[in-house]
Amino acid sequence: MNPNNYLVLAGILFTIGAFGVLVRRNAIIVFMSVEMMLNAANLAFVAASHITGTLDGQVAAFFVMTVAAAEVVVGLAIIVVIFRTRRSASIDEASLLKY
Amino acid sequence: MISALIGLPLFGAALLLLGGRRTNAWGHYFAVAMSTSAFVIGVTQFLALLSKPAEERNINAHLFDWISVGSFTVPFGLHLDQLSVVFVLLITGVGSLIHVYSIGYMAHDENRRRFFGYLNLFVAAMLLLVLADNYLLLYVGWEGVGLASYLLISFYQHKPSAAAAGKKAFVVNRVGDVGLSVAIMLMFVTFKDVTFGGVSEHAQHASGHSLTLIGLALLLAACGKSAQFPLQSWLLDAMEGPTPVSALIHAATMVTAGVYLITRAHAIFDLSETARTAVVVIGAITLLLGAFIGTAKDDIKKGLAGSTMSQIGYMILAAGLGPVGYVFAIFHLLTHGMFKAGLFLGAGSVMHGMEDDVNMRNYGALRGAMKITYITFGLGFLAIIGVPPFAGFWSKDEIIHAAFSQNLVVGLATLLGAGVTAFYMTRMMAMTFFGESRWKKGVHPHESPLVMTAPMIILAVGSVFGGLALKFLGNIELWLEPVVGVAAPKDPASNAVLIPVTLTVVLVGAGYGWLKYAKTPVPSVAPENVSLLTRAARADAYGDALNEAVFMRPGQYLTRALVWFDTRAVDGLVGGLSATVGGLSARLRRTQNGLVRSYALTMLGGAVLIALVLLLVRL
Repeated sequence: MNPNNYLVLAGILFTIGAFGVLVRRNAIIVFMSVEMMLNAANLAFVAASHITGTLDGQVAAFFVMTVAAAEVVVGLAIIVVIFRTRRSASIDEASLLKY
Repeated sequence: MISALIGLPLFGAALLLLGGRRTNAWGHYFAVAMSTSAFVIGVTQFLALLSKPAEERNINAHLFDWISVGSFTVPFGLHLDQLSVVFVLLITGVGSLIHVYSIGYMAHDENRRRFFGYLNLFVAAMLLLVLADNYLLLYVGWEGVGLASYLLISFYQHKPSAAAAGKKAFVVNRVGDVGLSVAIMLMFVTFKDVTFGGVSEHAQHASGHSLTLIGLALLLAACGKSAQFPLQSWLLDAMEGPTPVSALIHAATMVTAGVYLITRAHAIFDLSETARTAVVVIGAITLLLGAFIGTAKDDIKKGLAGSTMSQIGYMILAAGLGPVGYVFAIFHLLTHGMFKAGLFLGAGSVMHGMEDDVNMRNYGALRGAMKITYITFGLGFLAIIGVPPFAGFWSKDEIIHAAFSQNLVVGLATLLGAGVTAFYMTRMMAMTFFGESRWKKGVHPHESPLVMTAPMIILAVGSVFGGLALKFLGNIELWLEPVVGVAAPKDPASNAVLIPVTLTVVLVGAGYGWLKYAKTPVPSVAPENVSLLTRAARADAYGDALNEAVFMRPGQYLTRALVWFDTRAVDGLVGGLSATVGGLSARLRRTQNGLVRSYALTMLGGAVLIALVLLLVRL
């Protein structure tokens, strides 16, 4: 099977994730979309590792997973706090920090 | 001993000005004591000089080294010689008389202590001016008398006109002071020395060009202090001060400092023909201008002020004539100091009796009410117009004679000045003491107390015998010879012609004045439809208007233009820049809208852009 297909799939997943981040208002959904983008990147890394025959891409994928896990902890905590104070998880309403 | 001369009045001034109200009760007596003891010391020093042979007649006192930089030193040294001693006697003598007079004149003034403090300050500064042995120390005294003059002119500080007059005198004097400081700087550059002796010595080897420059700068200084054209305008306004001040500072002593300066710097003027000519021209212009202004003034003090300008013009002119004139400049200065102080004190006495009215049109027929004032003023009048054998005759005749011996035009100017002097003084005399009484209702003229009349009587005696005494008893020409050099001999035959001519001119002037102001009634309101010349004289020959048009208005326009440039161009540039940055940032700020998704879009856009650029570059 052509490894380039993995890269194409990664591109499609990334685009879907980015689209989700830009379009959806619910913080949880946006968060999930971010995860999808991260995993698309991981897929691209692994595919590239396979294509070049080196392990660099796989190492990078592990790093991304670790960072993503940490980011989930912080991100979800923020979302919960916002939900508790505002009774809403809409990211458009949490827009006080502006000019 | 001669430092005590300055020290005593200075101590008096310090005590009275710092002592405050505690010294109110006895302050004026203390000031008089300080001034008279300075006079006594002056007399003892004079006698000490007199006992020495002519060429050794000087006393030096080196107090300390004032400035010492490398090879340049300025000592704080005092120098008493034949020239300074006559000034010392004039300043302390007339000064003490005026101190005494002021006890009566200022009796009802609540600020009398302050007044006497300033008077003592003036005496100290004036003595420093004439006793300094170098130009820099002279400058200190020069500024000191300027300060005292300012403080005393604006003594009635509650009157806006007096405050303005003081300010005017101060500002105009600054112009002259710039001249003096420039002269001192030039001396330093040219001679590397500012002592009188050093300058006289080095001047012999200096270039004519630099001597002329120094001479002109000194002349500017003299013009400022002595109210000579074109810096004359402050003197008439200075009459806002109390009358004793006008008598002491603005007639007898301070305004003659310019004459002293020129005589003291005679070594420079002797060697520069151009500078001397400038001095003569300034003197001639001022003597005619002052006399011209004096003819139209109804304010008795302003009339006398115009006369002072004119008489100092005579002195400056004489000093500018060179060796032939220095002695007579000083001679006239001394006689003028006596009779003009007497005239001013007389005017003060008249004002005292007329409820401080200065308008001569409200006087008339005062000779009955104020006998002593009438007689003393009359003697001063005879002295100033130059009737023999009164004081003014001897000195003024010598100046006219010297002027004719140098230049016919200058001589004619002095002769004309003598005639006009006779006219305006007769006018003043007639309007004040003769004719019908034009007193305002409720005014009861009365003679002043003895404390005021006594100094007037003494000065009147000086006006009568001062000239004779100085010429024959004191032999002033011989006395001043070691300082100012030998007076060039004049043709005695021409004097035999000149004296009758001068007296005729004086008689014509006085007679015309008598006909016009004593024989015909004087209107109690100044006539409106008068000739252009009278209008000009009433307006001080448009001196203020000229200053306003030439200096003040262009100065104002310049400052306005600079302010406009500053607010529009400089501030505009800086303000415009900041407004631009501020406006841009306000717009840029709008992108921070708080919506996470728009930030995400920006980030994505940026990432895509970077990716595209990378791809394109690689391709």
